[in-house]
Amino acid sequence: MTLTSNAPAAPIEVHDLTVAYHHRPVLWDVDAAFPESQLIAVVGPNGAGKSTLIKAIMGLVPLASGEVRVFGKPVNETRRLVAYVPQRESVDWDFPTTALDVVLMGRYGHLSLFGRPRKRDREIARQSLEKVGMQDFAHRQISQLSGGQQQRVFLARALAQQTKVYLMDEPFAGVDAATEKAIVVLLQELRAEGSTVVVVHHDLQSVPEYFDSVMLLNLRLVAFGDVASTFTPENLHKTYGGRLNLLTEVGEKLRRQEWNARQ
Amino acid sequence: MSDGIWIIVIGALVAGSCALVGCFLVLRRQALMGDAISHAVLPGIVIAFLITHSRNTLPMMMGAGALGLFTAFLTSALERHGRLQADASLGVTFTWLFALGVILVSAFTGHVDLDAECVLYGEIEYAPLYRAFWGEFDLGPRAFWILLAVAVANTLFVTLGYKQLKLCAFDPGLAAAVGINAALWHYLLMAFVSITTVGAFESVGAILVVALLIVPPNTAYLLTDRLWAMLALSAVLGALSSVGGYLLASALDSSTSAAIAVVSGLFFILAALFSPTHGAVPRYVRRRRLIARTQAFAE
Amino acid sequence: MTIGALPPWLSFFTLPSINVRLVLSGCIILGLCSGVLGCFTFLRKRALLGDALSHAALPGVCMAFLLTGTKDPLIILAGAAVSCWLGAISVDLITRYTRCKEDSALGMVLSVYFAVGIMLLTSIQHSGNAAQSGLDKFLLGKAPSMLDRDVWTLTILSVIILGAVAVAYKEFKIISFDPGFAQTLGLPVRVLEVVLATLIVLAVVVGIQAVGVVLMSAMLVTPAAAARFWTDRLSIMAVLAGVFGALSGAAGAYISYLGPGMPTGPWMVIAVTSLFAFSLLFAPLRGFVPRFNRTRRTRRRTAQENILRTLYVLGERENRLDASCSETELLKYRPMRASALLSTLSQLEKKGLVAEDSAGCYALTSDGIETGARLTRLHRLWELYLATKLELAADHVHDDAEEIEHIITPELEARLTAALANPGEDPHARRIPGGHPAAQAGEQT
Repeated sequence: MTLTSNAPAAPIEVHDLTVAYHHRPVLWDVDAAFPESQLIAVVGPNGAGKSTLIKAIMGLVPLASGEVRVFGKPVNETRRLVAYVPQRESVDWDFPTTALDVVLMGRYGHLSLFGRPRKRDREIARQSLEKVGMQDFAHRQISQLSGGQQQRVFLARALAQQTKVYLMDEPFAGVDAATEKAIVVLLQELRAEGSTVVVVHHDLQSVPEYFDSVMLLNLRLVAFGDVASTFTPENLHKTYGGRLNLLTEVGEKLRRQEWNARQ
Repeated sequence: MSDGIWIIVIGALVAGSCALVGCFLVLRRQALMGDAISHAVLPGIVIAFLITHSRNTLPMMMGAGALGLFTAFLTSALERHGRLQADASLGVTFTWLFALGVILVSAFTGHVDLDAECVLYGEIEYAPLYRAFWGEFDLGPRAFWILLAVAVANTLFVTLGYKQLKLCAFDPGLAAAVGINAALWHYLLMAFVSITTVGAFESVGAILVVALLIVPPNTAYLLTDRLWAMLALSAVLGALSSVGGYLLASALDSSTSAAIAVVSGLFFILAALFSPTHGAVPRYVRRRRLIARTQAFAE
Repeated sequence: MTIGALPPWLSFFTLPSINVRLVLSGCIILGLCSGVLGCFTFLRKRALLGDALSHAALPGVCMAFLLTGTKDPLIILAGAAVSCWLGAISVDLITRYTRCKEDSALGMVLSVYFAVGIMLLTSIQHSGNAAQSGLDKFLLGKAPSMLDRDVWTLTILSVIILGAVAVAYKEFKIISFDPGFAQTLGLPVRVLEVVLATLIVLAVVVGIQAVGVVLMSAMLVTPAAAARFWTDRLSIMAVLAGVFGALSGAAGAYISYLGPGMPTGPWMVIAVTSLFAFSLLFAPLRGFVPRFNRTRRTRRRTAQENILRTLYVLGERENRLDASCSETELLKYRPMRASALLSTLSQLEKKGLVAEDSAGCYALTSDGIETGARLTRLHRLWELYLATKLELAADHVHDDAEEIEHIITPELEARLTAALANPGEDPHARRIPGGHPAAQAGEQT
């Protein structure tokens, strides 16, 4: 890919993105370019495909069609440029490992095949833990941490990846008020440093307060833009209100491939 | 060296090799993979035997290793393409292969000096009898050298692949996101489990392998919260089981392999009850104290 | 064997000896019971519980012998049942009170119990007790030497097992599906789980006599897994699994009758695995081949419909719906392999939707025009729906419609029409066949 154009490529661009599980599309034709240095919320009802969008951008689920570009390059070439914070339930918290160790895993993408983390990597991990206010818990086993603390460890791990783009899957789910505040401060710092942060978010009330842009998603992209103009009651109604009976039904039919029903 | 020492050393080598790969099986919730592979390799061993007409270790190891990988492959194929749940895929695969092995054994029982029981239950007592020679020079039991090689291979695998194995076990999502090939590491782990099983098999039998693959790692899991410590501790616990098993077997005049497995089980029970961090008794005591304190506070 | 001149493969069916009858009935009953019970552990995602429990029986067998000094099957069975049961409890205790996971608990119980059994067994053997010979038969099974009373024990136990399943079917169903929900209904979940575990213990205990330890686990997993491919209903699944188990029991008995020295148990497992493989491949509901065929049929159908619509749209352009069109032209509008196009065209010809003229060009027949119109209508309706209701850009909707037009049922069509108020034009400002007459009239003027 030659970067001939002078305009810098957007941090993340998705074009025509369709994702299907077992033939049933869960995301239809999403088209979006995520702007630089912004906090962006992805909002929508349950099962709207929010996490799927994040996973598709990370290349963790196969695409039925469309493409994803990170700084103008396909994601396989640019994995190291994107840090991913999965949902907390996605890992086994009984795993015998410490908070610092989990953060250190964020450096693995920067290491060679058999390379070990160096002093510098440890230093970065420690600093990342400090940034989320967890330095005192560095040597705790991760199951002994509270939900909010576990979430902070995950954030620290993403910080340790030292990238420009962060994708976070519900970082505010089940965390205490103090952690929520701490996370917001951190996100703002990241934005100040010029990073782009995409956050799957559940709490509609806090969207205008925390975020610059918002993406409204319900199987398809309803609206995407800055919060002031996009986060309107009308768009919200389109996202949450109108039930997409036909779309869901068609999706279900595609899955079952009941093509003989017609005629 | 006396046979007793050799038996303990061989047992300790098996225990160490098993513990290293076993820890990852346990953490990936594939503990029964060891059981499955150790049964499913039977037809591989028989076929290698029928082809070469000898109890040569190398062809047997290859036959068994191939079947071990085949088991892992078939299990995930059934899961993915047959849409069958994981535990059932494993159950169907290994019981079928084992049945095939038993049939092969009984069909060719006249031709080969091999019986299913000896493969499965193994006699570590006889291990020192089969010697390795360098020309005329007696190098010691053959099993010792085989298992030493397996132990070294496993140690190398776990040290070199430590971060990949760890990340694949802890957070496959992140592993994929940073570009680690999870499938490759899965099959590599399965290959090493197969090699370990087969290497240990001939001298100590399958049951001991199954036990040592998962019991010491689970014991260590209850005693520590660090992965490297879990690896080290389970190797040590395995070696201690080897010593304890040997003593127990001599006292009761029974199979040493089985006794080693039993001792490792005893260690697990002790850890489950008395581990300072995760044991049932300390936890119970802590809870009682907490209740007493809150009550005192309330009064 | 002694019967006349019948070859062995036939004489089996005359049930020539009491031994044959015993082995056959024993294997069938065993397969039936374990098949039915296996469904519940399978659905509970504990398919390997049977594996762990059948290994856990060994120390009980040895202890019973050590304590009583006899090999009376009933006593041995009782010993096996006790240690199986302890095994089941150990699995439960480990998962409940330690942080070890279920698979680890099963594996540990399996290997350590079995090791205890082997220790006892070797200890007994080394003690030189002559009466012990044959105890190790419990490891690999001894179906061919089943006795009258073995089969009777089997029969009684299976009546108990099947009876219990019949009585508590609904309860077992709910605890296998959702134990948490069962608890909220006020069901005694713990008691039911113990009862289910006990039934499995009973099946295992009688089963290892016949097929041995490892192969008993197969009989608890494989029939259930095979049955799952055929149905989505538990009751049918349980019956099917029972039938599969019984069939493979019969097959095992048959094969071991034919081949002297052929072990019954392993052949039972081979038989049941063959049934499994057949189900995996050919079961209409979830089998691999029917799934594959369905996909292929849809693909073929899609190709046909796409060609029909292409011909229709080309006809529209020429204002003559039966306009003929050459292969090269078709390929220009719908890129596909030429051979695929040819076979699709000939399929359409056979259906009477397309006719080939002397110049080798293709045109829609009157039936073809009708179908083409409907397809075009659906395509454009869906495009319109995507564009207006989902606000997708007009240049994006074509590909989706391309896929979806093939699956729209008449009801869906009616709803689509209603949702869009029977429109006359698609987002590309093309007429929708059968659309609102006023809009079309307006367009025509």
